[in-house]
Amino acid sequence: MRDVAIVSFAQSHHRRAVEDLNEVEMLMPVTREALDNIGIGIGDIGFTCSGSTDYLAGNAFSFVSTLDGIGPWPPISESHVEMDGAWALYEAWVKLQTGAVDTAFVYSYSKSSSGDLAMVMSRQLDPYAVGPLWLDSVGCAALAASAALDAGVVTREAMAEVAARSRRDALANNEYAQLRFDRTAAAVLAEPDHVGLLHRSDCPPISDGAAAIVLAAGDRARELCDNPVWIRGIDHRIDPMALGYRDLTDVPSARLAASRAGVVPAEIDAWELHAPFSHDELLLRRAMGVPDDAVVNRSGGALAANPMLTAGLIRIGEASWQISSGESERMVAHATQGPALQQNLVAVLEGDR
Amino acid sequence: MLRAPLVIEYPFERTTGPVVGAFLTGLRERILVGITGADGRVIVPPIEYDPVTAEDLTELVEVGPGGVVTACAWVARPDARQPLDHPFAWALIRLDGADTAMVHVVDAGSPDRIAVGTRVTPRWRDERVGAIGDIECFVIEETS
Repeated sequence: MRDVAIVSFAQSHHRRAVEDLNEVEMLMPVTREALDNIGIGIGDIGFTCSGSTDYLAGNAFSFVSTLDGIGPWPPISESHVEMDGAWALYEAWVKLQTGAVDTAFVYSYSKSSSGDLAMVMSRQLDPYAVGPLWLDSVGCAALAASAALDAGVVTREAMAEVAARSRRDALANNEYAQLRFDRTAAAVLAEPDHVGLLHRSDCPPISDGAAAIVLAAGDRARELCDNPVWIRGIDHRIDPMALGYRDLTDVPSARLAASRAGVVPAEIDAWELHAPFSHDELLLRRAMGVPDDAVVNRSGGALAANPMLTAGLIRIGEASWQISSGESERMVAHATQGPALQQNLVAVLEGDR
Repeated sequence: MLRAPLVIEYPFERTTGPVVGAFLTGLRERILVGITGADGRVIVPPIEYDPVTAEDLTELVEVGPGGVVTACAWVARPDARQPLDHPFAWALIRLDGADTAMVHVVDAGSPDRIAVGTRVTPRWRDERVGAIGDIECFVIEETS
């Protein structure tokens, strides 16, 4: 295996609705910053991979517009995934492993605000048995929360703690986040029920935003920056599509991905978990064996800013910042997508020091 | 700000095949079917491949019509596209004879009338077309 590192990360200030910019204009400052950080241009990149979805943009091959913004002439080697940018990063990591390239550029973005997000997300469900019912993403999460609460693997109190802590940590640590405030778990519990037993604060915000990461292999990584953050292990797994086939109180694919990525919980000093809903964090902690006193989501996580297709890549980027700054030595970054934590990616990141 | 409506359509059709097609055709006849998985468990709605072993699945089994709620979530403000125009519960429902649950809605009247463990039964539409909406909703089973 080649040693591959994150050598640069940039993200936008995520907002409820970026109405004054189109997707290209929203993305460009972020991709520019990621390259400028290490003084390179697109011509120095061996492979480019992006993550976004036409379902949010509302037109076919929407990623071609943003690719045009990156500057694909003279021709570049590129790919796109209709998935969170974390999976674009995985594809770039594989490309680096082949030895064909020494550098890769990964970015993702979305304007989640463009349509009725919860309803747009219903289009990812089984198109025959569930899609026609318009089970929206909040209703879907509420069903999973119901199963987990009934099984006693989560409590509403613990969910409220996650909801409150995430926005509080964003206020303290993350200027890029959208929801940054200090509100107590008791205040969350006092909110009326929103959908099922979810309070509004148990749900993520709707966010528009973008993120970009530069990867480099071996010595090239050390040339490009003083403190590369090495990807020591990375794996992604998927649970079955049918919601009612799955045990929604557990996340087997996250557990398997963590195991295959080489996660040893006791050796991890902080975690960035992509948990859009408050119960998601509790289910992921349980599935991956995160210790009770572990530092989880210093950034505030997806409950503080949740640009679709991007919040997973941001977890990897946030972890790289926390390691390159010296705050942590070895971290786990996790990304999810699909309904109710169906698909999960886990990476172990480590600094040089 | 310039705004314009955008309507996205995917105007193509496909056949549903022997498994999904059997489920949808069954709905038209007010019959609920599942399929036996590689481990012998009955999966409803039926799926073409075993999620664990990827084997072709072919053995259809009649299930229901009643079942038990395994998860539920009350919706106080339904969207116009959702099955009912008044408050309802999303539910995962394990039909009698099935080992997995299916998604539908329950016209429960109020959130305190439904919980995990509640027994429900389908309310069929008079005009059925072979789609999941042939079940208008589930209702709480009358206790005798």
